[in-house]
Amino acid sequence: MTKRFFVLLFPFVLALAGCNKGGNDANVIKVGEFASLTGSEASFGRSSHNGTLIAVDEINATGGLLGKKIELITEDDQSKDGESKTAVKKMISRDKVVAILGEVASGRSLEAAPICQQFKVPQISPSSTNPKVTQIGDYIFRVCFEDRFQGGAVLAKFALNSLKAKRIAILTDVSAAYSAGLTTYFKEQFIANGGQVVIEQKFTKDDKDFKAQLTAIKAQKPDAIFMPIYYGPATLIAIQARELGIKVPLFGGDGWEAPELIQGPGAAEALEGCYFSTHFAPDQEGSHAKEFVAKYEKRFGIKPDAMAALGYDSAMVLADAIKRANSTEGAKIRDALAATKDFEAVTGKMSLDAERNARKPAVIIQIKGGKFVYKETVNP
Amino acid sequence: MTEFFQQLINGLSLGAMYALLALGYTLVYGVLRFINFAHSDVFMVGAFAGLYVGRSFHNSSVGNGILIKLLSMLLCAVLGIIIERFAYRPLRQRSKLTVLITAIGVSLLLENAGQLVFGANPQAFPQVFPAQQFTKGDLIISSKDIVVLGVTITLVALLQFIVLKTKIGTAMRAVSFNAPAASLMGININIIISFTFGLGSALAAAAGILWGYKFPKIDPLMGIAPGLTAFVAAVLGGIGNIPGAALGGLLIGVIETFVRGSRWSTWTEAIAFVLLIAMLLFRPAGLLGKLQPEKV
Amino acid sequence: MFLSRPRTCLLVAIAISVVSGAIQHHIDPYFVDVLTSIGINITLAVSLNLINGYAGQFSLGHAGFMAVGAYTSAALTMFLGPKLFPSAAPTVVTMVWFLFALLAGGCVAALAGLFVGTPSLRLRGDYLAIVTLGFGQIIAVIFRNIEGLGGALGLNGIPANTNLFWVFGAAALTTYVVTTMVNSTYGRGFLATHDDEVAAQAMGIDTTRCKVIAFVVGAFFAGIAGGLYGHFTLTINPKGFDFTRSIEIVVMVIVGGMGNTTGVIIAATLLTLLPEGLRTLAGMDIPLPGREPLSLRWIGELRPLLYSILLISLMLLRPQGLFTWRSRRVKLKAT
Repeated sequence: MTKRFFVLLFPFVLALAGCNKGGNDANVIKVGEFASLTGSEASFGRSSHNGTLIAVDEINATGGLLGKKIELITEDDQSKDGESKTAVKKMISRDKVVAILGEVASGRSLEAAPICQQFKVPQISPSSTNPKVTQIGDYIFRVCFEDRFQGGAVLAKFALNSLKAKRIAILTDVSAAYSAGLTTYFKEQFIANGGQVVIEQKFTKDDKDFKAQLTAIKAQKPDAIFMPIYYGPATLIAIQARELGIKVPLFGGDGWEAPELIQGPGAAEALEGCYFSTHFAPDQEGSHAKEFVAKYEKRFGIKPDAMAALGYDSAMVLADAIKRANSTEGAKIRDALAATKDFEAVTGKMSLDAERNARKPAVIIQIKGGKFVYKETVNP
Repeated sequence: MTEFFQQLINGLSLGAMYALLALGYTLVYGVLRFINFAHSDVFMVGAFAGLYVGRSFHNSSVGNGILIKLLSMLLCAVLGIIIERFAYRPLRQRSKLTVLITAIGVSLLLENAGQLVFGANPQAFPQVFPAQQFTKGDLIISSKDIVVLGVTITLVALLQFIVLKTKIGTAMRAVSFNAPAASLMGININIIISFTFGLGSALAAAAGILWGYKFPKIDPLMGIAPGLTAFVAAVLGGIGNIPGAALGGLLIGVIETFVRGSRWSTWTEAIAFVLLIAMLLFRPAGLLGKLQPEKV
Repeated sequence: MFLSRPRTCLLVAIAISVVSGAIQHHIDPYFVDVLTSIGINITLAVSLNLINGYAGQFSLGHAGFMAVGAYTSAALTMFLGPKLFPSAAPTVVTMVWFLFALLAGGCVAALAGLFVGTPSLRLRGDYLAIVTLGFGQIIAVIFRNIEGLGGALGLNGIPANTNLFWVFGAAALTTYVVTTMVNSTYGRGFLATHDDEVAAQAMGIDTTRCKVIAFVVGAFFAGIAGGLYGHFTLTINPKGFDFTRSIEIVVMVIVGGMGNTTGVIIAATLLTLLPEGLRTLAGMDIPLPGREPLSLRWIGELRPLLYSILLISLMLLRPQGLFTWRSRRVKLKAT
């Protein structure tokens, strides 16, 4: 027994060995980033990371911030639950970053936010749209619109006015905070404006067979199907829907935004003529946008999508705040961020409101001829 | 009413793939009395084999489809035999639990190696057979469903033939009844066991290709959920019993589909296990199985 | 010899826990996290060891009990606590309520253990494994469907009550209870059941009862570990308590040696440190003179692979575990 308890001391000894190391490297400003570089939402992570990289390189090329260069520390959360937490904690306590950029998926932002709030490190999400994210605390910001706007003012109105769909079916991914939230806000506005939700069906992340849900939906004969989900399942569902003879339009939110959406056999045909709302279209107006698109295409060989643009914006907004605060102290950066007004971002002119969300327009994209085509802008 | 029949078709199509996968579990359990946890990952390897082979064929036609399928089945048969030879055979004398853990280890190994080699992101599966829809009133049957059901029926019939009418099949049955006695009769146990694994793995590969064909997005972790469900199907039908496994697979496929299309769709994952537990408690031999008395 | 002073050892361990709790703030937070994880994993592994190692029952659903404990205790501290003790509650009250929540979590988990154990323990080896796996999944699905507890999105904002005192205290207590139990009459019953169930029955031991008791006690401590986990990660969701998590705990028991508590403790520690060590290693860039620094990120990607290779090698070469040096013979069963 004695032996056993000495064994319990063993980890303790290791702890003492690890007491308070790590000082601050005085010549750089460390900024942490966590993203889904691999896994089911890898497209999001790679895009936003690329956008952030362009921003950081741009800033460093013009002398850096406050006379120092930015060092970007990136961690991959593998699109899995549970990883974001550890990654963010490590970046805050061991790497001593001054701010955290991330994430695209609302669920993972929600995971990291309590930690950033607890340690008073400002967090800027490039494109998490669930309202709960910034409600966690006053150190959490986002540079995109949120789902009360996307679900309500954008998608519900689009469904009623442009699609002329009064009877709608909704397919929700209950394992994603984003999906559950967007469903709720869409429903509120849609029903309030005279629409009718004829049936709601659910699924969870790893499901592959949706024919059961789609058959039930088909029996209700909706005018359109709303799919506020991520691009992975969206493709499969579209293909299976068409196989079942469902011909009505499908539409969704910014979770669809990824080239993989229309890749693979039958994907582009199944989604032909469908729509989704998002933050940015490479063929939209605005000089900052054009410059950014050109830079991105030159470096990565493809046109940037919304996540890339927002990744860029999140880094730029942070840099702007650090400049205005003239300091790398958490509290000062936070206050400067909260005061962001009329910032010329690639994704449009933006200000951060009292709830630390950005008031910005959304764009609707249509899938036509195997490509994403800009259709219209919706202003807040 | 149409909805009911449509769901039935959906369910049978899904169930057919579970049935194919369940056959592998039941074969191995019948002969070796052990649950091959790695079976679901051989299924995944089969799907990826189909992906890579399929990419080199540019048109999808029935002939090409069959060729791709046969190649992957062969590949996975070899994989299964290798796994048995190096991971399970050395442990044949050890306790069941040790082998079970090893099987879990092999499963994890395949999944992780898969993630490294194939990448963790889902990939698009090529259209290996041509696809089209057939309509009858409001009911739609996709050629995908027809292919799946057709292939499954063919393979199950083939399997039954092998097991019941060939010499090696008889040897397999002998080993499953009583291995030491079979070896006394001159049967080479190692070869029979290798053959069983090879056969089961080939069936897993077939199921994997069908799965990729129906749900064209595959990733290295795709086998975990179907694998568990298929195992439950095997137990449901009576573990060690081939028609039972097929029946179990179809049954679970249909039940799952109806539950998924209903209000209680979020409970779908639990259904298979509830059925399993109920079956084990009230009728451990399964639907078609015979109760084997435990020799003490 | 080692069993001579269990109570003293327990008191010493508790003293250490109190001290670590007090000096927690002076240690690097990342390290505190690693230590907390170690403590929780030790509790989990030792509790599973009672079921798997000593009583020889193969349970693959241990994470399910953890989930029950986590949700129960979180519900108590998040929902009931604020109602009974409206805000501005002094630390003592929070701590006492937390203790109550943890114990409640453990008890509900124990009940779940009873519920799962009683019907299943009639089954043999493989079947029992699958049934426990099934129950683990069912528990996860149940929690996924309870909207009041967050449903599929889980519970956020659990108060951060866990600290080193609780964690090491729980680990110490679990070890104490398991060790003293094994050396009691019950323990002899477990071992007899494990070695040869039929012979044990012939000796008049109620083997089913033994197995159920092992299950219930193991589940109780898993529930406590779950409560500690919830108040540590501040967010819990059903995904985090799935089959993969159960396997992680099983691996700790296997590596440590089934039925070997000391070994299991060491294994739990090492297996918790391993991914963190690899993460640090993977984040390092080795400076090469005159060239781009060598990135070691690929090590992080290899970690799960190494894990599985470790498991297989262990089973092939040393199934009694890495840390078994005492001579509790592992009975090799003939097929």
